[in-house]
Amino acid sequence: MATTGHEAAAHVPSAGDYIVHHLGHLNTTGHPQASVVDFSVINLDTLFFSVAMGVIGLLLMWVVARRVTSGVPGRAQAAVEILLEMVAGQARSIIHSEESRKFVAPLALTVFVWVFLMNSMDFLPVDLLPMLWQGATGNEHAYLRVVPTADLNGTLGMSIGVLLLCFWYNIKIKGMGGWVHELFTAPFGNHPALYLPNFLMQMIEFLAKTVSHGMRLFGNMYAGELLFMLIALMGMGFSSMSGVGGSLMWAGHVVAGTFWALFHILIVVLQAFIFMMLTLVYIGQAHEGH
Amino acid sequence: MEIVLGNVALACGLIIGLGAIGACIGISLMGGKYIEASARQPELMNELQTKMFMLAGLIDAAFLIGVGIAMMFAFANPFVVK
Repeated sequence: MATTGHEAAAHVPSAGDYIVHHLGHLNTTGHPQASVVDFSVINLDTLFFSVAMGVIGLLLMWVVARRVTSGVPGRAQAAVEILLEMVAGQARSIIHSEESRKFVAPLALTVFVWVFLMNSMDFLPVDLLPMLWQGATGNEHAYLRVVPTADLNGTLGMSIGVLLLCFWYNIKIKGMGGWVHELFTAPFGNHPALYLPNFLMQMIEFLAKTVSHGMRLFGNMYAGELLFMLIALMGMGFSSMSGVGGSLMWAGHVVAGTFWALFHILIVVLQAFIFMMLTLVYIGQAHEGH
Repeated sequence: MEIVLGNVALACGLIIGLGAIGACIGISLMGGKYIEASARQPELMNELQTKMFMLAGLIDAAFLIGVGIAMMFAFANPFVVK
């Protein structure tokens, strides 16, 4: 796959080559991952942009928190307060333990801001950062993907983090014995013949929760990113076509790009909100005995 | 190989089309119920709106995952050896 990308860039790239090249990660091997599962490959771009977005989110909150005043709040403080109250309200309605909320409510806020910022990388023009990166490295075939949540490794990493927190709260609230008891006696009931079905059911539940949690965010962002690439391709058609067809392609690219970006604002915020809500719901479930 | 390409193109259309039907029916049922409920009890509107948007995102997700996979089949076709 690497060779097709390189050869294509030498000539005029076809639509497929353009997309394939843009779906390649900047990873430790230097060429796109060949097999579906390969734990020796590390996607450096996902790591870099997710950490960068986390730092930006923290800095933003820190700057606002430092200037916080009990007098008339500025616009930034008011916006952060609205956000904080929204998250705190959701946490209060889902998690009833005051003590857990001290950790879980800030966690939910962090998840929301972080996922929102990572999703927002989609709003940058699809070719802007990759082109800058290609210019900076001097390699015009360099790979770079800028949306960390459009990488399954990023989203599943976060959802597995939530799963581990669920385990932690299960053990903390119910005790090790209580949790193991629940694993084998819920949801069907306490009977030796039902121990195995109960346990299997619980495992399936944990697996389904975690996979769907990560896949949902990934699927939305991946589809969104691909559509931005397809729209960018329309603009590329402009240069290869002449006359009316070319200018129609150019106009179509601007109109479609605008509309999809506007619609994408909704998806970006909604998916960040859903990721936060599901984090709260899953951790809330760990607090409830069956 | 042409047969594979044609079948994959058909499959992409089916993935997106059937997913769209399901998501649209789901969203319309829920949207209708939301309007109905908020006409009966307007004071619950804000509370219901949050829940509706969250559920809309959940319903949308399955469809958009399908779109993402279909797009991947269309542009980085794994069924054809290059």
